[in-house]
Amino acid sequence: MGELFAAIDAPASVWQFIIIGLVTGALYALIALGYTMVYGIIELINFAHGDLFMLGSFLALQVAVTLGAATADDGAIGMVAIALMLVTAPLFCAGLNVAVDRIVYRPLRNAPKLAPLVSAIGVSFIFMNIGLFWRGATDVNFPNLIPPTNLLEGTGLRFTAKDAMVIGVTVPTMVALTVFVRYTSLGKAMRATAQNPTAAQLMGIGVDRVIALTFALGGALAGIASVVYGLYNNTVSYQMGFQNGLYAFTAAVLGGIGNIPGAVLGGLVIGLVKALGDAYVGAQWSEALVFAILIVILIFRPTGILGARTREKV
Amino acid sequence: MTWTAPFRYWLLAVLVLVVAYPLIPGSNPILGQQLVPLVCYAILALGLNVVVGYTGLLHLGIAAFFGIGAYVTGILTVPMFPFQQSFLVAVIASTVIASAVGVVTTAPTLRLRGDYLALVTLGFGLITTFAIRNLDNITDGTKGLNPVSPNLLPWVDDPDLTKFDRPTGWAATWRGYPYFYYICVGLLVLVMWLLRNLERSRLGRNWVALREDELAATCMGLNPARLKLSAIAAGAALAGLAGALYAVSQRTTAGPQAYDFNRSMITLCCVILGGLGSRPGVLVGVFLLLGYDTILTPYLDNQIQLLQINPNGKSYLKVSGWRLFVFGLALIVMMRFRPAGLLPAWRVRHELQPANANESAKPVEPTTGA
Repeated sequence: MGELFAAIDAPASVWQFIIIGLVTGALYALIALGYTMVYGIIELINFAHGDLFMLGSFLALQVAVTLGAATADDGAIGMVAIALMLVTAPLFCAGLNVAVDRIVYRPLRNAPKLAPLVSAIGVSFIFMNIGLFWRGATDVNFPNLIPPTNLLEGTGLRFTAKDAMVIGVTVPTMVALTVFVRYTSLGKAMRATAQNPTAAQLMGIGVDRVIALTFALGGALAGIASVVYGLYNNTVSYQMGFQNGLYAFTAAVLGGIGNIPGAVLGGLVIGLVKALGDAYVGAQWSEALVFAILIVILIFRPTGILGARTREKV
Repeated sequence: MTWTAPFRYWLLAVLVLVVAYPLIPGSNPILGQQLVPLVCYAILALGLNVVVGYTGLLHLGIAAFFGIGAYVTGILTVPMFPFQQSFLVAVIASTVIASAVGVVTTAPTLRLRGDYLALVTLGFGLITTFAIRNLDNITDGTKGLNPVSPNLLPWVDDPDLTKFDRPTGWAATWRGYPYFYYICVGLLVLVMWLLRNLERSRLGRNWVALREDELAATCMGLNPARLKLSAIAAGAALAGLAGALYAVSQRTTAGPQAYDFNRSMITLCCVILGGLGSRPGVLVGVFLLLGYDTILTPYLDNQIQLLQINPNGKSYLKVSGWRLFVFGLALIVMMRFRPAGLLPAWRVRHELQPANANESAKPVEPTTGA
């Protein structure tokens, strides 16, 4: 965040902070979408989601390094690398997420709710350890493949091609996801499973298959987010999964967990609070501010901003 | 846990061993030094067990109370502040303040259920860590307050008590610590005894009723809000006590990272691994998981270094490099094959048994009424 502020040439206006907030918020929202999909269907707080996202970014980095995109001056190689990352990272994360569901969560489908939650924490630990072996304990540079062209040149504000990329990926993804869940038959099956797995099964829906599909989608979203995150921040580390997973989870809950537009709204709120907090309260307090606002919102609206009141299961 | 006779003897044997350990000539003071934090973590885990195990509230921020206890002790004892209180005052103040903070911060959030409450506790834990890190002039930021070395008890003039330590061989390297070791072990035994009584009391049974079925418990006239608050108060008090002992044992409050989300998570892992709601189980969980982490791994790594198996320092050839992997695998395997923990609580175990296993104990022959 620091170097971003330094790069602003005009006196920083509140609009600049709002732009920064919206862009980082869109990034959190992208991660939160995967979180909320999985929660929506099996009510599992998937603590491993952030670490899956971290592994995705390591894979994307591996692709870039293998192609030599980090050192090449040729922009074309960079474009090829980005395209390849956007294919491999989501596939990798989706496959991994489905495998984890099959091996770890599926045997616990009828267990008390704590069991899959604790298992998710376990998976998160294992992913973190893999990340640690893969890239070590320190921050790793992610190649800077997108030129820092300012698209708002002359207005005194800064909105670079990178910022545009984040918005340009998040918004269509959210729209596509909403359309998928609302209007396709698979989406209908997902909603039915979320409502009542047993009834869905009786209606001829392959519940396990639908859940696997949700994990695949959630994983793919984590993969896309990991590429966008790497290209945007140019630094990745084995611990970033925890930090960003936490923000994403907070975004999902803030907006009303299981609710797709809610996750995006929550992400944007967090991004804005954090950017404005960085600017006007102090960077060391802005994270605390995010969680304070989360607590306050939950006290007054216990199911999140857009969350529907769930029926008490007796 | 049913207190079957063999188990009772095992527990007694362990207790005797723990008490006698510093008195054995030539016993390793380093190991003793490592045992004290484990005792602190055990008290912390027992506190979390009241909240999660008995009452069924998923709390993801217990380390915050641990930190509050440690920092209250730090503020009351370090030379930086004018208080200079004794150990007894520090421990009592830490326990009471942590408990009060628990009640005050939880009271507005009692309306929340399940995952949302978990998230709020997580947020509270994070805010506490940020506060510890950022309130530089109170907590000394990332460095932590030190030296924390209060007079252990007001009526003991010489905290080192060298005359008692000398025969054990601990005194030279580890001044006064067998004394503190005994205080910690004594407090752990006291906490275990208090929790045993609490568990069997009306309050303890009400907590369990709330865990089993909040709606039914409310219909039977229990006040869920008050019960949840009392559980949080008890859990936070124990965590505060643990924090105070931890700060004294380390002679520093340690930095904020000692009380972050990881600490909460690992403590939760210990409680779940040992057996939710089971006091001996929680102790087993703490000593297995944290004993592995803080005693066994450093020892094995040291051996690997001595044998020069890993000359290039590759992280996957170190036992400590696999730390998270081992924790994660332990949790997953436990949840799959033994979800109630290693030493499941008596009640939980009975719930998991098939219904007819209980009935077969009763006489099933119908008496023919002539």
